[in-house]
Amino acid sequence: MENEAIYILREVAAQFERPVLLFSGGKDSITLVRLAQKAFWPAKIPFPLLHIDTGHNFPETIDFRDRMVEELGLELIVRKVQDSIDQGKVKEESGKYSSRNSLQTTTLLDAIEEFKFDACIGGARRDEEKARAKERIFSVRDDFGQWDEKNQRPELFDMLNGQIELGQNVRVFPISNWTELDVWSYIEKEKIEIPSIYFAHKRKVFLRDGLIWSHSDYVFQEEDEEVLERMVRFRTVGDMSCTAAVFSEAADIASVVEEIRESTLSERGARIDDKRSEAAMEKRKQQGYF
Amino acid sequence: MEVLKIATAGSVDDGKSTLIGRLLYDTKSLTTDKLEAIERTSKKNGYDYLDFSLATDGLVAEREQGITIDVAHIYFSTDTKSYIIADTPGHVEYTRNMVTGASTSQAAIILIDARKGVIEQTHRHFFINNLLRIKDVVVAINKMDLVDFSEDQYNEIKADFQKLMQKREYQEQQISFIPVSALQGDNVVHKSVRTPWYNGPTLLQHLEALDNKDIYNVGTPRFPIQYVIRPKTEAHHDFRGFAGKVYGGELNVGDEVVALPSQTRSKIKEIWFYDQQCGTASRRSSVTITLEDEINLSRGDMLVKVGDLPMVDKRFTATVSWMDSQDLTVGNRYIVQHGVNKVLGKVETIHHKIEPDYSGVDPNVSTLGMNDIAEVSFRLNKPIFFDRFKEHRTNGSFIIIDSQTNNTVGAGFIG
Repeated sequence: MENEAIYILREVAAQFERPVLLFSGGKDSITLVRLAQKAFWPAKIPFPLLHIDTGHNFPETIDFRDRMVEELGLELIVRKVQDSIDQGKVKEESGKYSSRNSLQTTTLLDAIEEFKFDACIGGARRDEEKARAKERIFSVRDDFGQWDEKNQRPELFDMLNGQIELGQNVRVFPISNWTELDVWSYIEKEKIEIPSIYFAHKRKVFLRDGLIWSHSDYVFQEEDEEVLERMVRFRTVGDMSCTAAVFSEAADIASVVEEIRESTLSERGARIDDKRSEAAMEKRKQQGYF
Repeated sequence: MEVLKIATAGSVDDGKSTLIGRLLYDTKSLTTDKLEAIERTSKKNGYDYLDFSLATDGLVAEREQGITIDVAHIYFSTDTKSYIIADTPGHVEYTRNMVTGASTSQAAIILIDARKGVIEQTHRHFFINNLLRIKDVVVAINKMDLVDFSEDQYNEIKADFQKLMQKREYQEQQISFIPVSALQGDNVVHKSVRTPWYNGPTLLQHLEALDNKDIYNVGTPRFPIQYVIRPKTEAHHDFRGFAGKVYGGELNVGDEVVALPSQTRSKIKEIWFYDQQCGTASRRSSVTITLEDEINLSRGDMLVKVGDLPMVDKRFTATVSWMDSQDLTVGNRYIVQHGVNKVLGKVETIHHKIEPDYSGVDPNVSTLGMNDIAEVSFRLNKPIFFDRFKEHRTNGSFIIIDSQTNNTVGAGFIG
């Protein structure tokens, strides 16, 4: 699987003029950075990283991002959702379940247009969610970023067709075929550093709808929702307003891998954004979401 | 861990999604939240059993119409293997999806409804899996609960299928039969007490026993160059590495190689995997190779061992599976992508159309429509370096791209 991912990353560098790696600070995109290092060594990674900053990130993720970019000598572009809000392009959601997660799409599409990116590499995996199970490795988007799921290009053997028209771009998923456990096992084997919030730590949280929410200025909290201090960790890292924690004592990578192996809850089970409806992900993807 | 990719084929209502759902359920691969969603929806729809097909039918349209319309990938693992199942749809009009799913798989499951037996669709499913040279095929005779687990019924269907097998081109394909009930779980993961006359393995036992070494086609090594790595840094000033994936066999440091198309000879100096130097590059590994001599190579060129050359030609004939709503027509020009190599090609002749249900060939055709399969000759503007598909699954196949729409419109298997 590592070989397949390296093959895909090399195809991107060879077939496109302006590729970019979408970096969220999460474990999947950190894994992609390692794979890209391997694909092009001893040369540098031949494309920049792009981070769409919701402004509601976990501070640990941002610290980690800046340190990694510095150490590896990578080029990082940051575009902020706050700027899209200030420009009046998107409106902040309000209420109990408000999140900036879906607002990222506009900022992302604007960045693609600004830099004329023709390929965006992402860490999405087919095992995450039902609609993603149908995603191609090279997935063509029109200039509105839209995904036409009924009219996708067939992908045969390992031949990747990256032919596109001006204005179109391709979303590329090199770790499509990895599962959550595969990613964690790889992080363990390769000794890849990841942000501390993936490991058990004490955090102020509150409970709602059976999920564990972070107590933070960015997250709306009812007055009767009591703040507790608990040992938790995160299985996915998104915006603070859409990522729920799990109770955990797993403080190092080996115990995390063990915990995932034993877990009966799916990874996205702790994603508040997917709980909106059964077709939540598919709808977001049609609108250009990652 | 070993990864096994499996293609599935079955007609509408043969219970394919249910079978996959059952595999996931009995291997405890369904997580609590997914299981709850299935229970909830099953109850809402008024079913008195769990509708496992809900575990795989991803798109909204599919849930509305109750059918699978595209290739979905499903993952589960046991202690011995990781499995990736390509759930490909079974209706007549979706041959293209089946070819696609089969192209990346090493094993296939063909489903037959025990009440209906071998039908025309079954011929197609078998034809495509045989055309794509999938090594191991399981014929799962499903819905045995609806025929009272009748041994006679099972044997009759098996005999019908064996008649079909005599027509196959790829004779070495391993084929086994298993009586199952996906809905009730008989012989999927757990052995059924209701088929005492059946002594073979359950579906999962069969898959678990497949050895990866036997499942992949081994041939001669081919190294198509994907990307040239020239770091131009102080530490690696003169480094010129050829990055690519090894197909067919393995390559070793010191091997004498020929570069195509230039026919220049050299020797492998180093093999790199990331910052590690290795003596051998095994099959399917993504490595970077340096050569003893300074040769100018670029993407699309190929390194092969001396004395082990592929065919180098501008003309070839292939079995083509057409996948586009716009017809393939004699005289049309397309982009032919062979591995990482893209060349322009023209359709010279359509020799005959092949009916994918073993009903014969039609020599009087000048165009191919969606889902047609035919013998087609091409002429290219530059030679490519290929093997026959039956000798080399990767180096003997190509895709066809429409230069106007950029879509992948067909696939070809060189004969």
